[in-house]
Amino acid sequence: MSLDDDLTARSDDSETAQSAHMSLSQITKRYGGVTALDAVDFKCDLGSIHAVLGENGAGKSTLIKVMSGVVTPDEGVMKLAGNPITFAGPSAANAAGIVCIFQELSLLPDLTVADNISIADPPRWFGLIDAGAQRRRAETLLARIGCEDVNPLSLVRDLPLSRRQMVEIAKALAKDPTVLILDEATSALTATDVDRVFEILRLLRDDGISILTISHRMHEIEAVADRCSVFRNGQHVQTFDQGTRTADQIVQMMIGREISTHFPPKPDPGSSETTGEEQPAKALELTAFSWDDRLSNLNLNVEAGEIVGLGGLDGQGQKELLLGLFGVLKATSGTISVNGRPARINSPLDAKKAGIEMALVPEDRKIEGLMLPMSIEDNLAVASLDRLSRGLLVDRHALQAATEDGIRRMQIKVGNITDPVSTLSGGNQQKVVIAKWLMTNPKIILLNDPTRGIDVGTKQEIYHLLRDLAEEGAAILFYSTDYEELIGCCDRVVVMYDGQIVRELEGENITEHNIITSALNINGATP
Amino acid sequence: MTSATYFSDLKVRVAQNTGLCLVIVGFIAFYVFYNMNHPRGFSTAVYIQNSNEVFTLAMVAMAQTVPVLMGGLDLSVGAIMTLVNCLASHLLSGSPIQILLGMITCLATGALCGFINGCVVVYGRIQPIIATLATGAIFMGIALFLRPSPGGNVDGDLSWAATNDLFEVAATYGLFDDGKAAWFQPIAWLPVPLLLILITAAFIWMPFARSVTGRSVYAVGSGEGAAYMSGLNINRAKLAAFTLGGFFAGIGGLYLALQTSSGNADIPQAGAYTLNSIAAVVIGGTSLLGGVGSAIGSIFGALVLRTISFNFRIFEIDPLLQPLFEGVVLLAAVSLGALSVLRVKNTLESFR
Repeated sequence: MSLDDDLTARSDDSETAQSAHMSLSQITKRYGGVTALDAVDFKCDLGSIHAVLGENGAGKSTLIKVMSGVVTPDEGVMKLAGNPITFAGPSAANAAGIVCIFQELSLLPDLTVADNISIADPPRWFGLIDAGAQRRRAETLLARIGCEDVNPLSLVRDLPLSRRQMVEIAKALAKDPTVLILDEATSALTATDVDRVFEILRLLRDDGISILTISHRMHEIEAVADRCSVFRNGQHVQTFDQGTRTADQIVQMMIGREISTHFPPKPDPGSSETTGEEQPAKALELTAFSWDDRLSNLNLNVEAGEIVGLGGLDGQGQKELLLGLFGVLKATSGTISVNGRPARINSPLDAKKAGIEMALVPEDRKIEGLMLPMSIEDNLAVASLDRLSRGLLVDRHALQAATEDGIRRMQIKVGNITDPVSTLSGGNQQKVVIAKWLMTNPKIILLNDPTRGIDVGTKQEIYHLLRDLAEEGAAILFYSTDYEELIGCCDRVVVMYDGQIVRELEGENITEHNIITSALNINGATP
Repeated sequence: MTSATYFSDLKVRVAQNTGLCLVIVGFIAFYVFYNMNHPRGFSTAVYIQNSNEVFTLAMVAMAQTVPVLMGGLDLSVGAIMTLVNCLASHLLSGSPIQILLGMITCLATGALCGFINGCVVVYGRIQPIIATLATGAIFMGIALFLRPSPGGNVDGDLSWAATNDLFEVAATYGLFDDGKAAWFQPIAWLPVPLLLILITAAFIWMPFARSVTGRSVYAVGSGEGAAYMSGLNINRAKLAAFTLGGFFAGIGGLYLALQTSSGNADIPQAGAYTLNSIAAVVIGGTSLLGGVGSAIGSIFGALVLRTISFNFRIFEIDPLLQPLFEGVVLLAAVSLGALSVLRVKNTLESFR
């Protein structure tokens, strides 16, 4: 069966058109210049579990946001049971029987489990919430999903993450859905809970509910799905019955993006290692690094002059790894060595200190990266104020020289450096974040998806900058959700899955196929 | 429900409301201590005097609680209380019908002021703290216009009845054989202001907390995004929170007029009530971040604050030290609430 099997797939779809419970035709959604969904046709049937697959940014999340009324499509028609529908918001979709369990939990931490389950439409007695009935309802629903151990009176914030996810499912069931959408609903669950959720999903399917699930775990999809749809670049590639395609064929459908960006050339991988037999200490070395239940036993090193990519699907612990290195997480175990010496990093302040000289370009530039109302100048200077001050006062001349240097180096387009940083475009804001850290002369640079949501031109500048910094001797650890960047930019790529490193790719082995296969953990454990 | 599950439920509830339980226990201990040292301790006269002194602050604290639960802060509660106080000093006289209509007008005015706050916050999209700072100044201005200098005319009978015990109510209005009926005796000693606090809590606050709108107020304070995604009516919750706050402040202002038989547009007094209301809310175990707490806790917060000044009176401590003591109590209450930060494993989360 070939990759371009679309013809058979299409005819397959048209046969089921009569019974399709919910159908989308020619749905398009754009965010600014980015087309998240491109003329998508999609159908799901009652009494069936339908899995949606695709790499990061393939359009899966936008698809379910459209279906559940969170975003309105720019073009196209949605039909429910044959009738065209539009949703004013998530509650309108809920009223129509379409209920979505989102990845970011929608529970209210300060309310009880019973309150949360009945939040939208609690049982009432003379207009007031009937606490007894609400509690019995919670007990019934929790029992239905096998969670009798959760006390309906507990506050949600006191529950562990896996229990919260089960409460989220109970909350969805309280709305009597005909279409139940799960966006990575199993990612926070323990293995026994996952089995239980699957059991519930099968029961719900047999009750005639249409279930749509997004999951990155291939073995879970194999275990539970009836049909699968693959998305790529905002387009619907194919829909087929589960079991009719091999894992490898599915990966082939997910990849195949044309490389559109130019990357700076990589140095010859052998050149640095042939210089002598005495192995220089690694700039950054991580041994048996673990945190909470999110990171387990990570071993990783980055040499000076090297760019190491962190790959894998979103939310596999990459963000936590970077935060852990930067001293943000409490009670980590394992050792971090910098230039061969163990380093104790308990806060970003420690990470900046001489001897470590680490920088982190964080995930969310608007919250963690910038102080939006403050000026461009102040934002640039904020990480290096200690270097720019004499005694207690900030040295205005040194500050001015340093900020001008940073602006020149990153080619930030600014009108007046005393304007609030919020007046800059997204790409220039990100340049400010990077420039702010370059002003501290870091030896180790951690980047958390630095090119998310910025334009192609700025992306290329950032790639060249990273290569230049590496050539100047910095050690760079670079997490990206975009596989193209990992392939084009990195000397080595480390792929993470479920808080563990599952594969390390080097040189010619850094291919989209290899990254996706490891990211989905298709080959099982560490190869 | 078996008694075993009843007690396990009780344990869960107590564990979730440790702050409130501590305040209640602390207040009882503190108040018993006060009465033991008072020459006429544990007497109706003392209860009447104390509950009179607590009433207005308790109402203003309840008024503050509702916006705080929603995640905002209402700097106009003192001003609304003062405005209603001045209005009441004009309206609470004449025939019984006139007085009744006057009381209804006063309470409606309080609710209207709160509703205006809500509109500014919801439709003007202005942060509650600055919106209510502005509206509070406006309400104060109207109060000064109504009552440029202290004074007024308040019905004496009503004033007497409302600020004494139930026996005096019956005696004043010739009810229950002038309060001498045998069945009436067990409750005749109850101070009217205490009873009014209980009625307000039981018949206004508790039903509100159990309504969908009340639940939505908690939900908005706990996480506005999640509340929106759960399909709750956020604007209605905010409007209701401010309106109910204004209504409670109105009750406080109305009572102050009965208690003092006058109206007084006193700017420092209004400011002090607002600040003390915030202190009472925090001492009562309500989180300033929203989502956690209750107006019942704020009543006890007000009781604790007032009991401090009662004790100052009987021990003849320098009253200048009183703010210092109140500050220490407030700081202790806030520190207890901040303990949970120690459990956060990702330090970035403790900043959100």
